[in-house]
Amino acid sequence: MKDNLLKGIFKENPILVSMLGFCPTLAITTKLENAIGMGIAVLFVLVLSNFMVSLIRNIVPDEIRIPIYIVIIAAFVTIIEMLMAAFLPGLHESLGIFIPLIVVNCIILGRAEAFASENKPLASIVDGVGMAIGFTLVLSLISIVREVLGFGTITIWKDLVININNLFGDDKLVIFTDFFVSPAGAFIVIGFLFAIVAAIRNKRTGEVK
Amino acid sequence: MSNVLTWVFSGLLVQNVILARFLGICPFLGVSKKRESAAGMGLAVTFVITLASVVSWLLYTYILVPFEMAYMRTIVFILVIASLVQIIEMFIKKVSPGLYRSLGIYLPLITTNCAILGMATIVTSEQFTFLQTLIFSFASGLGFLLVIYIFSTFRERLDRAPIPKAFKGVPIALIVAGLMALIFSRFAGVA
Repeated sequence: MKDNLLKGIFKENPILVSMLGFCPTLAITTKLENAIGMGIAVLFVLVLSNFMVSLIRNIVPDEIRIPIYIVIIAAFVTIIEMLMAAFLPGLHESLGIFIPLIVVNCIILGRAEAFASENKPLASIVDGVGMAIGFTLVLSLISIVREVLGFGTITIWKDLVININNLFGDDKLVIFTDFFVSPAGAFIVIGFLFAIVAAIRNKRTGEVK
Repeated sequence: MSNVLTWVFSGLLVQNVILARFLGICPFLGVSKKRESAAGMGLAVTFVITLASVVSWLLYTYILVPFEMAYMRTIVFILVIASLVQIIEMFIKKVSPGLYRSLGIYLPLITTNCAILGMATIVTSEQFTFLQTLIFSFASGLGFLLVIYIFSTFRERLDRAPIPKAFKGVPIALIVAGLMALIFSRFAGVA
């Protein structure tokens, strides 16, 4: 049970290890708030779709399972989109098109196919929670790096903002440049993150030998 | 006429699906190791993105909106895309086995390419006209083809370049993509 939860965070992290769900990873990580919002949306969809897929795993014909999974996922995505539009309009606005695009986020369909279609409902829920937490943690890490270097702030939730700029007096420091919140900055920050992960992995496997 | 040029230019370069909108990153990284596969994927995406956007636009404007079912958008679009891809696959298989051999393997992957669903969502939520949808989505498809092809030529060379071990593969590819995005961001000033 514990392993099932933790594997999503480290050993089988959806972004760092499986390299799934790149589009939101690059697109919305300009503010920590966005990463947390995206994480909540993915948690909702992933847990419910994993649960649903697991419940019907024995009655779904094999040939049409993918379209069925996609419709289940799309239904939950529509629900979370409507909920967010109603209760968190600001976040809905800034995540924009990437909320409906959770439908084609490979993490969700990937877990339905690889885990939920072969496991019991409870285990599938735990798997979904672990994967969503792993996804959110990586998104948050990237967001913090980009937001700090880009704006000199950390926006945790709405008005809850840590302003690093203020620590250095009134002048905006030159190290804070909006390059890091531009698309080019996204690719480069994530490129370096992957290099760091690869370096750690190389070192570990070297030790095992 | 100047409108048409603006749409083409913004779809192709300024609002490039990959480098400016971050759509379709998975195939961009996954199928760009060789030039032939990048070209095949790019062509398949261009074809499907245009067709799917136009069909989605028609369904949205003439069925979903009049019947007040706009909230069903995501579900309807993903079904349209999945079935379109299936039909195109069967059609190409029947009509041109040669084309099927070169494009066929990329088609199933396209269903979960977020550039397709993303473009269908963009053209309906930004209230494009029919002509604008047609031209903009086609130009965006060509923009995808252009960027994935250029990227694949870089990656073929990166394979042989002396790079630190930790940067080999995806990390260096992402950094190269970042430099490409930097160049493409300059097009914004031109339009």
